[in-house]
Amino acid sequence: MTKKQRKMLIRIIMTAVIFFPLLMLDNLGFMAGFPIFLRIIVFLIPYGIIGYDVIRRACINIRHGQVFDENFLMMLATAGAIGVGEYSEAVAVMLFYQVGELFQSYAVGKSRNSISSMLEMIPEYVNIETDSGIEKEDPEEVTVGSIIVIMPGERVPLDGIVIEGESMLDTSALTGESVQRRASEGDEIYSGCINGKGILKVRTTKEYDDSMVAKILELVETAGEKKAKTENFITRFARYYTPVVTISAILLVIFGPLVSGGTISVSTWIFRACTFLVVSCPCALVISVPLGFFGGIGASSRHGILVKGSNYLELASKINTIVFDKTGTLTKGEFKVSRIVPFKEGKAVAGDKEMEYKLLSLAAQAEGYSTHPIALSVLETFKENGGVTDASRVSDVTEEPGLGIRAKTDGRIVLVGNEKLLNKYGIEHQHCEEKGTVVHVCVDNIYAGFIVISDRIKEGAAEGIREIKKAGVKRCLMLTGDREEAAEAVAQKLEIDEYFASLMPGDKVLKVENLIKDNKKGEYTAFVGDGINDAPVLARADIGIAMGSMGSDAAIEAADIVLMDDNIRKIALMIGISGKTMRIVKQNIVFALSVKIGVLILSALGYTNMWAAVFADVGVCVLAILNSMRTLNYKKI
Amino acid sequence: MKKKFKMEDLECAHCAAKMEEAIKNIPGVMNASVNFLAQKMTIEAPDELFDDIVDKAVECVKKVEPDCRVLV
Repeated sequence: MTKKQRKMLIRIIMTAVIFFPLLMLDNLGFMAGFPIFLRIIVFLIPYGIIGYDVIRRACINIRHGQVFDENFLMMLATAGAIGVGEYSEAVAVMLFYQVGELFQSYAVGKSRNSISSMLEMIPEYVNIETDSGIEKEDPEEVTVGSIIVIMPGERVPLDGIVIEGESMLDTSALTGESVQRRASEGDEIYSGCINGKGILKVRTTKEYDDSMVAKILELVETAGEKKAKTENFITRFARYYTPVVTISAILLVIFGPLVSGGTISVSTWIFRACTFLVVSCPCALVISVPLGFFGGIGASSRHGILVKGSNYLELASKINTIVFDKTGTLTKGEFKVSRIVPFKEGKAVAGDKEMEYKLLSLAAQAEGYSTHPIALSVLETFKENGGVTDASRVSDVTEEPGLGIRAKTDGRIVLVGNEKLLNKYGIEHQHCEEKGTVVHVCVDNIYAGFIVISDRIKEGAAEGIREIKKAGVKRCLMLTGDREEAAEAVAQKLEIDEYFASLMPGDKVLKVENLIKDNKKGEYTAFVGDGINDAPVLARADIGIAMGSMGSDAAIEAADIVLMDDNIRKIALMIGISGKTMRIVKQNIVFALSVKIGVLILSALGYTNMWAAVFADVGVCVLAILNSMRTLNYKKI
Repeated sequence: MKKKFKMEDLECAHCAAKMEEAIKNIPGVMNASVNFLAQKMTIEAPDELFDDIVDKAVECVKKVEPDCRVLV
């Protein structure tokens, strides 16, 4: 509890201690003989203790031009109660109102704390290596390139590269998984992980504000600023609710006596109207809805899923189609050469190691400068077999996106790429039935052979897709620039409903656009890919989900939701969290609205008095807030 | 210039929304947001007008919630 909250609690207790005995005395008739002004003074004491700040705030706000706020309405309602002689009601109303406000502020504080303690990755100090030994310093003061030391069991305070030492790191704070990762010299490590048993000396690469921990915290805190549709609706509703109820209260005073003839007195109608005023604050809705989303985002980040906005959390519960990129998303993206098949005079040659090496060499030399994963795997195998790339032999290198590479090696024109490249240059060749990615090579317009490269399906991808379907997603599709046979193999293994292969980079965006057009209202399409290559598609999809690779800047920039550990199974988890959040938010809205409307009706008909109305109002608010906090606790199914 | 300010005793979500609206309407403000749950205020405004705008923003805050403090 904060100091302010403690002071309020003391006031509440003081008021209760004075008020309840007075109430009893009054009910037992001990004050029957008192003159009115004495009774007023007696009840005004507890009223003053508990209500002075409400009245003060009401007056200040009126002076600033803001009349119709909670404070004014409470003041008006209790003044009305005093006016019709219900002194104890006035005190009780103020008392319950303040109790409610205290609960509210306590619950909000608790929610804020539980989110930040969950993100307890903020380092308090950094061990910096100086000439005079190791000193403790404030993480925010450490500059890039500093040498810091991380002792066993400590949390990594800043991003950097290991320059000495070896240890296992617990990445659960970032990924939600307690999988350990080895870190040794030359490895890049991120803040937020917990160091194992080894001592690590690290050169920092980023300042605190740019470190992983700071980025994640920033994201979680600002995610609430992108409001969900439900939140916007509630805000608009709240704006109309208070004036409507206030006007209804006035109408009640005017028309009530007319309708009831003389049976019910005007003062009773005023009393009922004041009860209206007490219920006119929609705070249960206005606080509990954002709190619910905040909890959902916090729960997601605890599981290693960064959601950039409450609106995305809401949309995630309505996904009916998910489109996956193949390479690097469903597969590991680690290509390995599995077969080399050289051709001579149009026919495949088997078993000739020298020819195989020559083919590999041709491809590798042409791909010497390419960073494409396929090129890298060819180069890797080439180097493993003793090959050395010689840039002086190669010239006029052109990389044709989606097709391959054209280069001049030793004066000869070499084409390295897929079937589309061969078709573009009119090279005669046989269609290859191999399952896997195939790189064709041809020299001076004559087909020279092909190299088969295989990628492995990610662990957990098959379960991930099964879980996604169980979570209610109707269609799972795959898009790839790779060839038909490679795509088919992966699609079959993972039970993907539909796939589109041989796509040029621009085709992916078009395909996603078409899928979105086919969707009905309320159905949304998500795209899962990696941040660097798929940025345009991620942006176009209703929800862009990126493989985070521990939070690469590109992924965080391009996507709406980032999977910190590239784990496909997290998608089903996120859909679950989103579903639970929406359910709780809707529960709160229905609950709060029905209780409030119920109380209004009962008040108008005279079945309830003021403090009961406040009690119901306060109770609803507190229950809604407590319910919202449930979104924070999401256990894996 | 874009700067973040920590706030204390920001108790009511409705008030946060009102503050945000008021600050956005200060002449010269490019963008502003009041994050109720994180208790943070962010203001984006031209450098020359910044200090003046911050003062006006704090006034807006006090008008809506007199007990709320902005840590400048």
